[in-house]
Amino acid sequence: MSALEPGQDLPELKVTPDKYLTYRYAGASGDFNPIHIDDEFAKSVGLPGRILHGLYMMSQVARAVGAAGDGPESLRRLEVQFRGMGFPEQELAVSASVKAVEDGVATIEAEAVQDGKRIIRKGQAEVRVE
Amino acid sequence: MAPKTEAVGKTYPSVSYAVGREKVREFAGVVGEEDPRYHDVEAAREAGYADVVAPPMFAVVYSGGAIGPALFDPEVGIDFAQMVHGGQEFVWGAPVVAGDEISTEVEVKDISERGGLQFFVFESRSTKQDGETVCTGKWTNIVR
Repeated sequence: MSALEPGQDLPELKVTPDKYLTYRYAGASGDFNPIHIDDEFAKSVGLPGRILHGLYMMSQVARAVGAAGDGPESLRRLEVQFRGMGFPEQELAVSASVKAVEDGVATIEAEAVQDGKRIIRKGQAEVRVE
Repeated sequence: MAPKTEAVGKTYPSVSYAVGREKVREFAGVVGEEDPRYHDVEAAREAGYADVVAPPMFAVVYSGGAIGPALFDPEVGIDFAQMVHGGQEFVWGAPVVAGDEISTEVEVKDISERGGLQFFVFESRSTKQDGETVCTGKWTNIVR
């Protein structure tokens, strides 16, 4: 992607984590908090069921904003606020738009929505674009 | 209830992590990072890297082992049953590739109370074997 302009939207990223995603992410990340891998435990602490890892959802924001640059070293900074629970087998949609481009670095705002709820808000990224 | 703040400024022993090629591939696959430089050694080398490159959010993997002891520290006093991950920031520096040895130090940055919620903020700083900073993280946990 080249010649980003302020106000420009990045392509929306849509992903539906499958039923077993939280187990694979637990293994890949080392975060085995039972609220992510055990429905009974999750329900025992008042959740509807297993929830996605917040940092997995953040990794989808990272992919969406990283698409503005090229490859491993383009994402320089990413900050998000988690404001809701995400669940497997429901579509997660990440939207992002360019706020500024200066000295080859784009400042991008992003959020993630699932089932109509903005569960990641105030995403702010700096992405090297040249 | 106002949280106790004595732990602010506390640091923890550095935790090291050896970045393995298959772990990078596994993580990249699970989160959907498809760039061949994360998966294919030849593609990574053609791009000038010594081995497969860790995607940015792999920071979770190499710094997670250092964050754990701080989260569970009784002096910090987090009530786990009521904890949620409130926010996260990462700032990336030098790239990480398979074969790197990453050391991460964690500090308790802030403990505060707002609107009946307790906020616990931790900072992680990860460096690789040559001393270059590869990532700093700000981890905000909220206790209801």
